[in-house]
Parts: sequence; structure tokens; C-alpha cells
Amino acid sequence: MKTMYQKIWEQHEVVPESADTPAVLYIDRHLIHEVTSPQAFTLLRQRGLPLRRPELTFATIDHSSPTRTEQIFGGAPIAIESAARQIGELERNCAEFGVQLLGLKNPQRGIVHVIGPELGLTLPGCTLVCGDSHTSTHGALGALAFGIGTTEVAHVFATQCLLQRRARTLAIDVSGRLRDGVTAKDLILTIISRIGVAGGTGHVIEYRGSAVAALGMDERMTVCNMSIEAGARAGMIAPDEITYAYLESRERAPKRAAWQEALQYWRSLPSDAGAAFDREASLDGSAVEPMITYGTHPGMAVPVTGSIPENSSDPVFTHALTYMGLTAGQPIANQPIDVVFIGSCTNGRLSDLRSAARLMAGHKIARGVRALVVPGSQQIKKAAEAEGLDRIFRDAGAEWRESGCSMCIGMNGDTVEKGQYSLSTSNRNFEGRQGPGARTLLVSPLTAAASALRGRVTDPRELMGV
Amino acid sequence: MEPIRQIRSRTAVLPSPNIDTDQIIPARFLRTTSREGLGKNLFNDWRYDASGAPRADFLLNTPAAAGCQILVGGRNFGCGSSREHAPWALMDYGFRAVISSEIADIFRNNSLKNGLVPVVVDESTAQWLVGHPGVEVTIDIDSTTLELPEGRRVKFPLGSFDRYCLLNGVDELGFLLGKAPAIEAYEARSARLRQRYA
Repeated sequence: MKTMYQKIWEQHEVVPESADTPAVLYIDRHLIHEVTSPQAFTLLRQRGLPLRRPELTFATIDHSSPTRTEQIFGGAPIAIESAARQIGELERNCAEFGVQLLGLKNPQRGIVHVIGPELGLTLPGCTLVCGDSHTSTHGALGALAFGIGTTEVAHVFATQCLLQRRARTLAIDVSGRLRDGVTAKDLILTIISRIGVAGGTGHVIEYRGSAVAALGMDERMTVCNMSIEAGARAGMIAPDEITYAYLESRERAPKRAAWQEALQYWRSLPSDAGAAFDREASLDGSAVEPMITYGTHPGMAVPVTGSIPENSSDPVFTHALTYMGLTAGQPIANQPIDVVFIGSCTNGRLSDLRSAARLMAGHKIARGVRALVVPGSQQIKKAAEAEGLDRIFRDAGAEWRESGCSMCIGMNGDTVEKGQYSLSTSNRNFEGRQGPGARTLLVSPLTAAASALRGRVTDPRELMGV
Repeated sequence: MEPIRQIRSRTAVLPSPNIDTDQIIPARFLRTTSREGLGKNLFNDWRYDASGAPRADFLLNTPAAAGCQILVGGRNFGCGSSREHAPWALMDYGFRAVISSEIADIFRNNSLKNGLVPVVVDESTAQWLVGHPGVEVTIDIDSTTLELPEGRRVKFPLGSFDRYCLLNGVDELGFLLGKAPAIEAYEARSARLRQRYA
């Protein structure tokens, strides 16, 4: 009896681990972007090494890329010179080393963790790595996917392998079903607040149970995406009919006979009944509430109907609240906000945009609130525009941008001002994450949209009639 | 990588838990294509005010931190982003080891690849170190022990391969390249399975 993690691991062992040496693990897919790859290409150049299997590596531009249309398509210069240089370097590196690049103007470009599944690059049972911690996202398709550093990017370039020790496993069983107005984002924020931001350290998490099985692919990706915020190496969800329906007809997914053969393999992947995990945890999905963070890490979260806890004896807690300009015991609802960001590898997919648009349709965002909607990929942007979502956002007074990481990390100049409150559908509320002094509150797209309309933290269920 | 046997230094202590890599090196300093010169922006937003002036009350701006090669951090040090710029910045500044009661996985991996020694100690030892900033301690890689003042010794976990690499300055890429025959054999035996990734 084996867990899914164990099955995928064993399938990719080039050399098994021993007491003295880690395993050599084969990597099926390597995704790269402009921020964490340049120094890895430099290492190859210094050693005179080629990519062992260039056809297994795919590059995109997301972190430093502008989201203003004129800077991508209109001939205007990229506003930040160092960003332009970094993008140029990736273009040169990919050309020199024969790596496929979805460049700035490519209609398939997007956030690396959005386009992997979207293009069918991410498949169940594959090993996938990227120099980016949110690589855990791809585990939603039943892949073993994890973030690596730049030195390891060079290892994969040169050998298509990594040295790895087997992780421990943590099963998180979510029973019941999420209620109306409650999203995958609320579920993962609940899980992180329960197990803690280091609760998954050293572990690969497998999410399971009826509430997880009922999630669509976009939502599953939201859950797996934030596994790293609990410290976990990876997050995984067993592939099922929802996964296969999502993948079939994706550009890079196997076709015809190869699809049938792949399907047979994928059906063997789910953890065997009774397979042992190193740890198990469970929660009732029906009891999950819309969540919001109030502090400076993703574990500091409460229901939007709740209050900020009192913990005055802890100087770290007090420091976090001082940074956030919030008060212990204060109800979080009705907290005024300045900025709303809808996007990122956590919540920048089509279903996220649809759910935000559903609340915004026919309404205006509150006076004084700046709202930025940034699709996760160019394909999502196009699909959203075909449905008229861009019009809904623009009519409401929000800005509609080209795809990229944007205000989640602020590397491209899309930042929040010092002291401003930003209600963000992204993944990290660390100090300064969205700009020096920015105050980030993490929420679902529904909560972001509802709060944008009122200009203050709002339970989306109040606008949904549930 | 240079072989490392022992690090003897006074400690600099940042007691906050969950010091994430965005604090160690904020994202706007990642628009570089080099791994050099990041030390000047280490802990940038804690270290400097908005005008770029050093904040007098931040540890790295105090005489106590001068010359310290060992950083003691609160629990779950290095969480968050996988940016290897974090260990690069710490090393460029002059740190050679980080001690904490818990170190995040990716940061730990990245540190080992660069010869920044991650030392995980039990909570009571961590608390003692936090309570005694600036003490001189010795990290001994060979015996995987941390030696505290008055000769107290604490073992820390370090896998035998990691220990071997640090002691001998082994470059893991060289080790992996040496596995080429096994990699070729794997590619041959899994060729059919892997057609779907081509």
C-alpha cells in the first residue's frame, strides 16, 4: 500500500537514496522565469555545459513583466530598466541554450504556475520543478511539484535530475462540502491558520476528502498553491475525472493512443486505501468561513465575521499589529481599505475572475479605492474578454491589465503605497511584500470584490444573499 | 565551494520567528542577473528607512553585529519565497551560518548549496542563544556539534551527504554529472513512459 507521493517518487528514482547519499530524482518538466534563472545560465556558461534535455524546459516572463498594455504591445519602453534588462537576459539565454520561451508578446505567456496546467505541460504523475516556491500549485493535477533554488535550476539544466531526500507525508482530510460564498482560498487559509506556517515543514501534503474532491481544477490549484505557506515542500490532490476533463484537449497533453495510455497510468496514481501517512489531520469543510488575514504571515487569519485575537503578551504579535495598524480585539469587518488586487498564481484564473465579476457586475467600486485586476495568463485574459468580464471590471472602475505576477510581489512597479491597506487575492502578507510599508490582507476573489464595492472589508455573502 | 570545518564567531541575534526571505532580501532587489553584491540590501527594509538612512536601532547597524559570522534567528527562519538571493545576501554580508530552532526547507537547501551552514537546535538552546546575544560559539561540521561558552556542546542534525559536501567543498553539480551513466539508463528504461513529455 503506497501513497501517491511514494508512487511518483519511485517512478522517478534514477538512483535510490541510501543512508549516505540522497536519491537522484528525474525531473520530467522544468519551468523557468526571468528572476531565478539568470545565475543558473551563468553557471552553465562558466562550466561549458549544455542543457541535457532542453525540450523538457519551458520559459516564461511573469515577475518583472509590465502589465500595462502599451509597454508590451504599444512600443512604450518597460518603465523599470532593471526589469527590462532581466527580461532581455532571459530572451538571450533561451536563444543561446535552445529553451522554448513564451516571450513578452506571446499569446500563451502568463504566470508560470498558471500556464503549466493551462498548456497541458503539467501532467498527473510527473515530476515538475521551478525556481519558485509556488510550484506546489501544479500538485493539484496529481504531479509531484516543488520549488527549488537557482543552483538546483542549474542542476536540472545540466542533468535533468535533482539530489533529493524523501519527504514525510501529511494527509489533510476535508470532509463535508464548502458552503456558498466560501472558496478554496478560504479553505487553505483555514488550514494554514490551523497547522501553522511551519506546520508542513519537511512534508508533502496530500489534500483529500469530499470537500476537496468537489473542487474544480482552478480551486484545487488555489489550495495546492499555498501549501508552501504552511512550510510544505509540495501539495498534491489525486487526479480524477475532473482532472482528466481539464487536461483533455490541452495543447501539450497527450493525444489519442498516448492519451489512453496516460489515462491508464494516471488512474493508478491515487494513494492506496489504507496507505500510511506520517501525519494526518482533518477538518470539516462545511464549517469553513470566508477568511481574511490580519497580520504579517498567512497563518494570522480569522473569519471575515471575526475579530483580531488578543495576544498582548507576545511582542511579535504586537509588532505585527503595529505594522498593520490594526488593534487586538477589533472586528475585521468594516476595516477601510485603499487597494484591491485580484490576480496572482493563487487566484488569477478564469473562475476567480468570474466570481469577482459576478459580484461587481452593474456596480461601482467605492470612491477612493483603487482596484487592479490582473489575469493569470494571456489566454485567461482573452477568455475573460470574450465573456465580457473586462467590461464589468472597467465599468466598475477597476483597472484591467496584461497578465503577470504584478502586485503580488511588486517587482514590475505595480505596488501598494506605504501604510495603505491592500485587500489581495495573492498568497503572502509579509511586511513589504506589495511594496515597502504596504499592509496586505489576504482574501478570496469574492471577498475582494465585495469589499471593493463597499470600500471596507465585507463578507461576500452579504452581497450574495446567502 | 570552499571546504568548511569549523566556524567560530560571536552571534548576531534576530529573535523574531518566521523571518521570511522577503525580509532577508526584498523582491525589488531581485531584478539582478548576478549573485554578487546583494549584502548591501540584506534586511534592507529593516535596516534602512525610506530615505535610505540606516535605522540606528536595527541590529546590523549596531557595533555589536560587526564581524559576526553567525546569525541566530527565531523559529521557522527563511520561510516563504525560494529565492536563493537570500543565502547569497547573507553570505555576501559576511554570515557563514544560521542557527534557529527551525529552518524552512527550501532556504535550508539553498544554504547548503552555497556553504551557508544551517544549524537547527532544540528550543531551549535557541532560547538560551536569544537570551545571550553576542556570545562566542563554535560550529563544528565534522562532529556536527555547536559548542556554547563553558564547553557545553549541542548536536545538530546534518545529513551525512551534506556534512561530506561541506567538509570537502564538494560541488553537488559535479557529483550529479558523475551520475550520467545512471541517468542514461533511467532515460532508456523509462523512454516509453516519458514520450508524453516530449
